[in-house]
Amino acid sequence: MRHVISILVENEPGVLSRVSALFSGRGFNIESLNVAETLDPTISRMTLITAGNEQIIEQIIKQLNKLVNVVKVMDLTGSDFVDREMILVRVRAEATSRAEVLRILEIFRGRVVDVSPKSYTLEITGDEKKIQAVVELLTPFGILEIVRTGKVAIIRAKKDSSHAGKVQEPKSES
Amino acid sequence: MKKTGAEIVFESLKLEGVDTVFGLPGGAVLTLYHAMGKYSEEIRHILVRHEQGAVHAADGYARSSGKVGVCIVTSGPGGTNTVTGLATAYMDSVPLVVFTGQVPTMLIGNDAFQEADITGITRPCTKHNYLVKDVNDLALIIKQAFHLARTGRPGPILVDLPKDVIAAATDFSYPSKLKMRSYNPTYHGHPGQIKRAAKLIAGAKKPLIYAGGGVILSNASKELTALAQKLSIPVTTTLMGLGCFPGTHPLFLGMLGMHGSFQANMAVTHCDVLIAIGARFDDRVTGKIESFSPHSKKIHIDIDPTSISKNVPVDIPIVGDARNILKTLLKYLEEEAGHDWGRKHADWNNQITGWKNNTTPQDASCGPCIKPQYVIEKINEITQGDAIITTEVGQNQMWTAQAFKFTRPRTLLTSGGLGTMGYGFPAAIGAQVAFPDKTVIDIAGDGSIQMNIQELATAVQYNLPVKVAILNNRCLGMVRQWQQLFYEQKYIQSVFDVVPDFVKLAEAYGALGLRATKPEEVEPVIRKALSTPKPVLMDFLIDQNECVYPMVPAGAALTEMLLV
Repeated sequence: MRHVISILVENEPGVLSRVSALFSGRGFNIESLNVAETLDPTISRMTLITAGNEQIIEQIIKQLNKLVNVVKVMDLTGSDFVDREMILVRVRAEATSRAEVLRILEIFRGRVVDVSPKSYTLEITGDEKKIQAVVELLTPFGILEIVRTGKVAIIRAKKDSSHAGKVQEPKSES
Repeated sequence: MKKTGAEIVFESLKLEGVDTVFGLPGGAVLTLYHAMGKYSEEIRHILVRHEQGAVHAADGYARSSGKVGVCIVTSGPGGTNTVTGLATAYMDSVPLVVFTGQVPTMLIGNDAFQEADITGITRPCTKHNYLVKDVNDLALIIKQAFHLARTGRPGPILVDLPKDVIAAATDFSYPSKLKMRSYNPTYHGHPGQIKRAAKLIAGAKKPLIYAGGGVILSNASKELTALAQKLSIPVTTTLMGLGCFPGTHPLFLGMLGMHGSFQANMAVTHCDVLIAIGARFDDRVTGKIESFSPHSKKIHIDIDPTSISKNVPVDIPIVGDARNILKTLLKYLEEEAGHDWGRKHADWNNQITGWKNNTTPQDASCGPCIKPQYVIEKINEITQGDAIITTEVGQNQMWTAQAFKFTRPRTLLTSGGLGTMGYGFPAAIGAQVAFPDKTVIDIAGDGSIQMNIQELATAVQYNLPVKVAILNNRCLGMVRQWQQLFYEQKYIQSVFDVVPDFVKLAEAYGALGLRATKPEEVEPVIRKALSTPKPVLMDFLIDQNECVYPMVPAGAALTEMLLV
């Protein structure tokens, strides 16, 4: 089963390689990995997608916790969380298909970030299903290049009033 | 007052209570060695002949004394030569701090002379490592390094010191306290879990203690022995656990696993509650995992959460320090009134005695050839077990584990996890440095001893009276044994056509060399060696065909033992 693991690490050189070396050294796999600083500049957050049975996931979490630079490990799978991925995709857009590409883009609330006579470069953000759907729909036009960020994820805030507003809810999707 | 990075290293070592370091100088650490002169009264440097020897010696020093072992080596090859030693220490949880030289920070990444990315190289075989980029961080990093090395599950830490960092100066103050938000080992087991464990043990009919190196690391031998004795629970140990429970005790079953005793492997297969303490269900212990201790509920006490349910799922995991947990466990079990434990476990212990009596121990009596077990038994007898024994890896290691009766913790130093040939001799040197008045004996094979034989010069230089007993079968014995049993008796590349004359070799180094070719020469050779106050190589010519039994073939169940 796939798991979304959120890891807070000391923002120091070499930490990423410690985490990735742990995965390669112990035969765990990484489907995607995303790293960026948090509001506290001494801490970075990694969002990591991995797969494995319960025992493997338990080992992954324990092994991550064992790394000296790792501050906190959370397995988001099983809890209520929001995840998003952004893709940049260059699609062939000839005279006959330009309008159709734009229509699909609008349905998925994406944006055009670059234009050429024969292609559009599109920016689309969404959860896994949405990204999958848009890629499927764009494929017949001819995808020239695609760049994905990998997922980022955040736990939903508790819905009682004391915590409300802590998480900014993204706009609902089509 | 301002101090240079080099001075900070030694000031910090002093404050950490370090009085001995093992090392070998080179270009990148010359500044460090230059500063060492000022500290020679307080810190003794043992000059080895190869950096691998330095790490193993520091490792032997640490395992035998319980202190942190310290090494200093140069950049590049100096650092890479420590890798085997670091991996050895990492697998066996030995507290080490290894300082490596590094090219100046401005040259890092430029493929400079004797540059190696040693923090990159050693990341998977150290508990943690540091590249010090600023002399102002140095004191804190050394403080952290020692803290990490000796706390939690101990392990080796590497500190990489660029040449300009140790030359630069700054105000020195050693942090007295340390707080690391990302490192907080658990020492006290969860009381609820310990209570559940006590209940399970109290209800057991056939309990068995399976103790590992963690018992020795947490100094929990007394508590373990108390638990076993109080409840009449038989004890088996791993290779790393030997010595944590008296090998002469009636409740002791010997080692379990691939070369474990018949009774230990039978007991672990038939017990109903298995109490694993500071052990990690290694493949050499479990054999075929599906058949390992199939009828038991399992309690697992370990300070490292990753060890728990890694290979074998357990019923009651308890994370924490073995000593603390055993104390609490004993307290809870004492509250379980109304048990006559001895009677309760009499049937079980009788069943085990039956297994014990059913096996004829491997014949140590000698024919025309010397039996290796006989040599080890004689060493055991003559030293009365009062010795620090190190081993190399292979048959010599297994025969030692089987034949020597270890009665105290920290008296067997052996590379259990990594299985490093060449470990035993430098480790013996380290142990002898820690305990100058103790008898320290490396039980070696002719293959292994040649892997770090150069350290004879170190032993002679410091007049360390280390004894080496070479069980010389003119081959890589364990490899040969596997080829005999599992590879159609095709002895490919395992038999040496050339073996040095170890007596002459010893003499060339200024040590004493002795040889025994017949059984009756064994005892006089050992006695002569033990009464010689300098390093001695004893060359025992043993039967090349002798194998280690019992043996559980790789991947087989523990009950599928080859007994002869």
